Amino acid sequence: MSATVRYDDVEVGLEIPAADYPVRRVSLVMYAGASGDFNPIHWNERFAKTVGLPDVIAHGMFTMAQGGRFVTDWAGDPGAVVDYGVKFSSMVVVPDDDQGATVTVSGVIEQKLEDKRVVVALTARSGDSRVLSRARAVVQLA
Amino acid sequence: MALNRDFVGRTYQTSSSYEVSRVKIREFAAAIGDNNPIYRDREAAHAAGHPDVIAPPTFPIVFTLAGAGEALADPELGLNFAMVVHGEQRFEYARPVRAGDELLCTSTITDIRSIGRNEVLTVKSDVTTLDGEHVCTTYNTIVERGGAA
Repeated sequence: MSATVRYDDVEVGLEIPAADYPVRRVSLVMYAGASGDFNPIHWNERFAKTVGLPDVIAHGMFTMAQGGRFVTDWAGDPGAVVDYGVKFSSMVVVPDDDQGATVTVSGVIEQKLEDKRVVVALTARSGDSRVLSRARAVVQLA
Repeated sequence: MALNRDFVGRTYQTSSSYEVSRVKIREFAAAIGDNNPIYRDREAAHAAGHPDVIAPPTFPIVFTLAGAGEALADPELGLNFAMVVHGEQRFEYARPVRAGDELLCTSTITDIRSIGRNEVLTVKSDVTTLDGEHVCTTYNTIVERGGAA
């Protein structure tokens, strides 16, 4: 594995600049196909509303993948992510328009571990809601 | 409807291996909007120290859910899929998943409990190669909304 970030260059409290990730209906259709999760709450507004949801919602795993992308882009090598876990705390509602929704991810170095590993604490928001909580990635640095 | 607690501890082994292909990794990376060349280009993967292209950290969801699917679809469990949302997810890696891997998945229902009006179920999946090399362990927690009401 070859992360491009050096352990010695990173301190606890270091902030990784926030990034915006768009989520549109087509994103969810593509994700359904690629992941095999065809639950209609992720593409069928009529069905979503009959089960009490405000509209179509993003797959939690799509949102988690955006957090993953944020960390792998920072680390340089996706193989450097050795542990990644989240709790899904709020839905990402995706309206059927040209804007869709936006997930904004930011991160901070929470802890330095042995063996040149660090814990990155992630924050992911959509609108006013925090959509991931307890989101942590352990990254093997160089 | 409350979920059947007798399912806690049940283990399910996939009957056939999941073969990780470059094409599927590329499709998954495109679906999450990620253009990282290490998911697409063998040279870039080699340069980063990998024998072939690797998969994004959340890729194992593609085959681990199927591993637990048999259990979750059992009418005796009493799960109403229409009310299911994802609660928590974790991937713990021994090494990255890469193209060419043939993976077996052993899934165990480790916990079922009620939280407020919801039923919450956790599945742990151990992913190994055909030779028994441990690649990753995943933890999937789903929430059945209103299931405990």
